[in-house]
Amino acid sequence: MSPELINLIIQATGETLFMVGTAALLGTVFGLPLGVFLATSRKGELFAAPAINGVLGVIVNATRSTPFIILVVAIIPFTRLVAGTSIGSTAAIVPLTIASTPFIARLVEAAIREVDGGLIETASSFGASPIQIVLKVLIPEALPGLLLALTLAVVSLLGYSAMVGAVGGGGLGDLGIRYGYQRFMPEMMLAVVVVLIALVQLVQSAGDYLARRVNRRLRHR
Amino acid sequence: MNAHQSLAIGQPIQTSEAISPAMTESDAMVRFAGISKTYPAYRGKPGVKALQDIDFAIPRGSITGVIGRSGAGKSSLVRLINGLEKPTTGRVIVDNRDISALAGRELRLAQRSIGMIFQHFNLLSSRTAADNVALPLEIAGWGKADTKARVAELLALVGIADKHDRYPSELSGGQKQRVGIARALATRPSVLLSDEATSALDPQTTRAILDLLASINRELGVTIVLITHEMSVVRQLAKEVVVLDAGHVVESGHVADIFTHPRHPITQSFLAEVIGDSLPVSLASRIVPEPVAGGQAVIRVQVRGAGAGDTLVARLARELDLDVALLSARIDEISGQHVGSLVLGIPVGIFGGEDAVTRTFAWLSRYQFPAERLGHVA
Repeated sequence: MSPELINLIIQATGETLFMVGTAALLGTVFGLPLGVFLATSRKGELFAAPAINGVLGVIVNATRSTPFIILVVAIIPFTRLVAGTSIGSTAAIVPLTIASTPFIARLVEAAIREVDGGLIETASSFGASPIQIVLKVLIPEALPGLLLALTLAVVSLLGYSAMVGAVGGGGLGDLGIRYGYQRFMPEMMLAVVVVLIALVQLVQSAGDYLARRVNRRLRHR
Repeated sequence: MNAHQSLAIGQPIQTSEAISPAMTESDAMVRFAGISKTYPAYRGKPGVKALQDIDFAIPRGSITGVIGRSGAGKSSLVRLINGLEKPTTGRVIVDNRDISALAGRELRLAQRSIGMIFQHFNLLSSRTAADNVALPLEIAGWGKADTKARVAELLALVGIADKHDRYPSELSGGQKQRVGIARALATRPSVLLSDEATSALDPQTTRAILDLLASINRELGVTIVLITHEMSVVRQLAKEVVVLDAGHVVESGHVADIFTHPRHPITQSFLAEVIGDSLPVSLASRIVPEPVAGGQAVIRVQVRGAGAGDTLVARLARELDLDVALLSARIDEISGQHVGSLVLGIPVGIFGGEDAVTRTFAWLSRYQFPAERLGHVA
C-alpha cells in the first residue's frame, strides 16, 4: 500500500477518534445526569418526579428507536445551527452526541438501579442530602457498571461514526466507502475494517480492565 | 396451653413505671405520642395500618428491645425514630426534639444524632472499612484530619483497627457489622438503632456483637434500641422491652417483669422460644387424656422469679408425702429471674383416685405456681 493511502488511513483514524471521543464525552456529560435522574425519579424515589420521568422516558425511547442514518438526515438543520456546517467530522459530532446521550442514559439508569436500595436508606439515615447520596453512594457503587456502560457506548459510537461517513462525516467509514467501495480497492476496505476491529478490541479491553480494577465487590484476597 | 392463653385475652396492657408514657420528658430519649402510621392504598394494593395507638417512651441510656413477628410494625417504628418516615398521626420526640415535625436540612441535621445499624450491614462495597466509617463524617462536613483521627478511634473502639484498609468483600460478617457499628457511632449519636443487626450472624458472632453493644451502652451512655424478632437477643441485652403485635404495643416494661409474667399470647410465644414448652417426644407420645389407674397425672408447673422452683419438687414431695416424678424440666434465666417449667408426674390411685392430684394443685396454688394438667401416663 502506498504511503499516501497509509496517510489517508491515519488521518481517517484520527477523525474517527476525534468524533467518537468528543461524542462519547458529550454523551456522558448529558447522559450521566439524565440516567441518574431516570433511575431516581419514579414515585417514592430520591428525586421523585414521576411525570417528568415519564416524559423523559418517552423522549429517550423515541430517540433510541429512530434509525441512526435517519436521525442524521433529520437533524441537519439543527446540526448546521450548532456546528455551522452539516458536513465533516465536527458536524458529525452533533448527531453522534444526540444518538449516544439516550443510549448512555439508559445504560447509566440500569447501572444505578443495580445499587442496593438499602444503601440509599443507610445514607439517608445519616442525614445525607439527595445530591450527596448520588455523588457519594450511587455513582461510586455503580462505577464498575458505569464503566462497562461507557465502553459499550464507545463501541456503538465507533459503528455509528462509520455510518456518518456515508453522509460526508469523514473518518474511517467515509474512507472505506469512497476508496474501498466506490473505487474498488479491497485492500483499503480491509485496512479500514482491521483498524475498526482493533479500535473496538482496544476500547473493550480497556473498559473491562478498568471496570475490574474498580470492582471491589468481586475482589478477594 | 389454650386455657393458659385465654387468660391473656381482654386483659389490660401491662405497662410498668419505667417505660410508661408518664415518664418525664427529660428521662425519655425516644417518645411515641399518639402514633399511628397508615400506608395508603397504591396500585391496587389495599392500604396498610402498620402502627396504631403507639404511646411509649424509651428511657435515656437504656437498652430497649422492640420485639415482634415480621409484619408487626417494627420497621415502621424504627423508620419513624430516624425520621425516614412521617407518622400519620402523633409525634415522635427524639432527644427532646419532635423529629416528626422536621424536614429538609433540619431533619438531616437531627438524623446525625441518630445512628443505625442494619441486618445486612449496608456497607459501601467501593469503600474500605475506614472510608465506610468516614462516610457520615464526610456527609456532616468534617475536615480531613478530624475525620482521620475519629475513624481510627472508632475502629479501635469496635476492635478492628487492623482492618482499616480492607474492603467489605474481605471481611467476615461479624467484622462487617463492627464496621457498621463504628460508622453508626461516628457522629457521636445519642441513640443507636439496631435493626435486626445480628439476624444474619451465627450465634457465636451474635454474642460478640451483643457484648460490644452492651459495652458501648455502658461506656458511651448511648441509648440503644434493638429491633428484633429474636427473643434470645432481647434476653441477652435488653433491660426494657416493648412487644409489638399487628401494629399495637401489647406489653411493655422491664424485661424481667414482662417475661416472668407474660400476659399476651405473643409474649408467651416469644418466651416459649427460649424456655421451650414442648414435651420430650417419648413423654408426649405416651400422654392420654383419661386417668390411668395406678399411673401418673402429668402436670406442668410454671416457674417464675428469682430462685423460684429451686426446691419445689423436694418440698412438694416432703410436705404432701408423695412420690413426685420429675418427667421434664426446662429453666432458664432472663435478667436474673428464673423462667421455665417443670413437668411433674403425680401418682394416681390404683382405683383411679385423684386425691394426690387435688392436693398437689391446692399446694401449688397456695405458693402461687401456675399449673395445668397435660394428661396422664401409665
